[in-house]
Amino acid sequence: MASVFSASIPQEAPGYSFNHLSSGTREHAFNPYTDNGGSTLGISGADFTIFAGDTRSTSGYNINTRYAPKLFKIGGEGPSNENARIVLSVVGFAADGNALKERLDTVVKMYKYQHGKPMTVAACAQRLSHILYSKRFFPYYVHAILGGLDEDGKGALYSYDPVGSYEREQCRAAGSASSLIMPFLDNQVNFKNQYVPGSGVGHALEQRVPEPLPRKDVEQLVKDAFTSATERQIEVGDGLQMMTITKDGIEEVYSPLKKD
Amino acid sequence: MFRNNYDNDSVTFSPQGRIFQVEYAQEAVKQGSVVVGIVSKTHAVLAALKRNAEELSSYQKKIIEIDTHYGIALAGLASDARVLSNFMKQQSLASRLTYDRPMQLADITARIGDRAQINTQQYGKRPYGVGLLIAGVDATGPHLFEFQPSGVTQEMVACGIGARSQMARTYLERNLEQFEGSNREELIRHALRALKESLSQDKELTVDNTSLGVVGTGDAKERFRLFEGTEIQSWLETTFENQGSTQEGEGMDVDK
Amino acid sequence: MNHFPHGWGRPRDDVYGAYNHAYLQPDGSKQHTQSPIVTGTSVIAVKFKDGVVIAADNLASYGSLARFTDVKRLRRFNSRVVLGFGGDVSDMQHLDRLLSTLSIREDYSSTASESDNAARELNARNLHTYLAKVMYKRRSEFNPLWNAILVVGLDGESQPFLATVDLLGTTFSAPTLATGFGAHLAQPILRRAVPDEAAVAEMTREKAVGVVRECMKVLFYRDARSIDKYSMAVVEKEKEVELVEDEQLEQQSWAFAEGIKGYGTQTV
Repeated sequence: MASVFSASIPQEAPGYSFNHLSSGTREHAFNPYTDNGGSTLGISGADFTIFAGDTRSTSGYNINTRYAPKLFKIGGEGPSNENARIVLSVVGFAADGNALKERLDTVVKMYKYQHGKPMTVAACAQRLSHILYSKRFFPYYVHAILGGLDEDGKGALYSYDPVGSYEREQCRAAGSASSLIMPFLDNQVNFKNQYVPGSGVGHALEQRVPEPLPRKDVEQLVKDAFTSATERQIEVGDGLQMMTITKDGIEEVYSPLKKD
Repeated sequence: MFRNNYDNDSVTFSPQGRIFQVEYAQEAVKQGSVVVGIVSKTHAVLAALKRNAEELSSYQKKIIEIDTHYGIALAGLASDARVLSNFMKQQSLASRLTYDRPMQLADITARIGDRAQINTQQYGKRPYGVGLLIAGVDATGPHLFEFQPSGVTQEMVACGIGARSQMARTYLERNLEQFEGSNREELIRHALRALKESLSQDKELTVDNTSLGVVGTGDAKERFRLFEGTEIQSWLETTFENQGSTQEGEGMDVDK
Repeated sequence: MNHFPHGWGRPRDDVYGAYNHAYLQPDGSKQHTQSPIVTGTSVIAVKFKDGVVIAADNLASYGSLARFTDVKRLRRFNSRVVLGFGGDVSDMQHLDRLLSTLSIREDYSSTASESDNAARELNARNLHTYLAKVMYKRRSEFNPLWNAILVVGLDGESQPFLATVDLLGTTFSAPTLATGFGAHLAQPILRRAVPDEAAVAEMTREKAVGVVRECMKVLFYRDARSIDKYSMAVVEKEKEVELVEDEQLEQQSWAFAEGIKGYGTQTV
């Protein structure tokens, strides 16, 4: 029976003028991922950590919405996460980002319920790595950055790849404009390619030593990074969401970006 | 010694139609220190007397925050209460995650009631040895539910369970009409007075042995918060101004 | 059609390729949806001051064939939620049954008095969150429900709510939304009327309905998988849902078609 159907049926009807098929079978496999664009960054200072992300969400050339936050408070009280001290930013596939955010948030909330004290940023950072790695062979398609204040009150920032590799850093940009923003941060935060004037020539040149920047300067860097990224990356724009973690809690600010 | 033939498990009725294991479990509730709960139109309040096993030990935990909108007070086996509270916490988080909706108090009470009932009908299981007061606010306003080891649950306006709680209930019954219209402070004072009624003559409510849980809704919206230690100092002072000279029956007079 | 009867009614090999026997194998191995079969096209919606308007046409297509011309793709869930489905119709019907089950379970779980029921009912935000979880779970099992869904209605504070979820579990919310072709054709028109949340407060119900009708016309003109019969629903504060399932696209103008030359049998 099967052989009747597998034999190709002779056709005499007029065909199409163009070749409809490439040779062989056409497979439509379901692709469980998409890219929702956008960019995020985080910078840690002496006694604060700043996060920022644009609020545009895209599908291809379409803008889904002009306001879809990529920054989330983790482990606070109730649905609005009051009194939270940790921030997670996720960029990439937004559905995975949300699932990851909810998993981590639940973990941190249960930690507080069971231990009676909030989770430290370092513990939360390691837990996030484990969550990401637990889906090593069907990854959360996101670049995550996590931060807050460490046990000494210093700004702490951890960045991740989609399968859980992580390290503590001074600053990190992620998402579609990361290749535009990261070199800017390397230069302006870690003073890469900046040398002490008059320290010599060639290899004798002395690297300018990076030091934690004041908050006002960092806020200006963040705004400059995003206005510039908005100009050159079509997936970045609409709005800028900023969260600053200090010993007094988390301050959240929204400012507009170009909507074109 | 007399031996009861019908109390070896919780699946066998006695000829009188009783399940002794369940009744014994209810006795365990009466061994626990007293807890009181009251609701008004805007608030739900829990008050609990904490005991310490010995001078050197810490006081046991009597009130547990489950979610931002509700908490429980327990009387009986604290370890059983912990199992139930873990379950309630997980269900409450799940409700927020799945529906972005805070757990309804009637629903969570029904769920622990169902769990407790299973323990009274399956061989090899033991009923929970703890009674709970579930107090909080949801979409339909403030609520107080009572939970018993038998799986019986009921909504209450005011309730007290635990050792000598009859005295507290008597106070609550006598002042029943005032609760609905009480404001936050009045309701807290009622709860503390009811709690005080259940204390033996030689005992006082102190900042060490008293716990309070308060939650509000509507215009008086506040999340469920546990107050202990120095935080409750002023309430104790204003409630029992003539502390020391308190006589039995003082709870009957109705000031403020 | 040719003179080989056993080829009749089958997809033509020269157009669709040889039949793929990987599908529907007699060994009964479980097949997951790899592509939608009978599909609905765009769903569009826009918020206004006191509510939301949503619309979708009544066509279910089988590829390019206009297969079912009276399919209702808007579903009232309760007095404050309406859903609009694009994509696979059988998956839509599966979700419809799932939502009926949910609705019944909700009604029976209520131990509170009758008068509390309105406050207890699932609102649009609750339902959207739930559907997002269902869709994301199915995509994570590589067994997606091939739909793009708009959830419209009122949230817990009785404010207008409009959000979407698709087969990947992607969710977002905006003052105006459109799925499928509507994202290209209708969304620009809707955004011109309601660019942001501030504009929602200025939007009247009449104007919102007007712009949605305009969009349905544009979609019928330019989307080859559309039809001129459509459904429209309005969810508004303190009112019952108004769902009309037999709207007819009025005042069509095909005069421009006269001028189109160069296709078919006509001589240019």
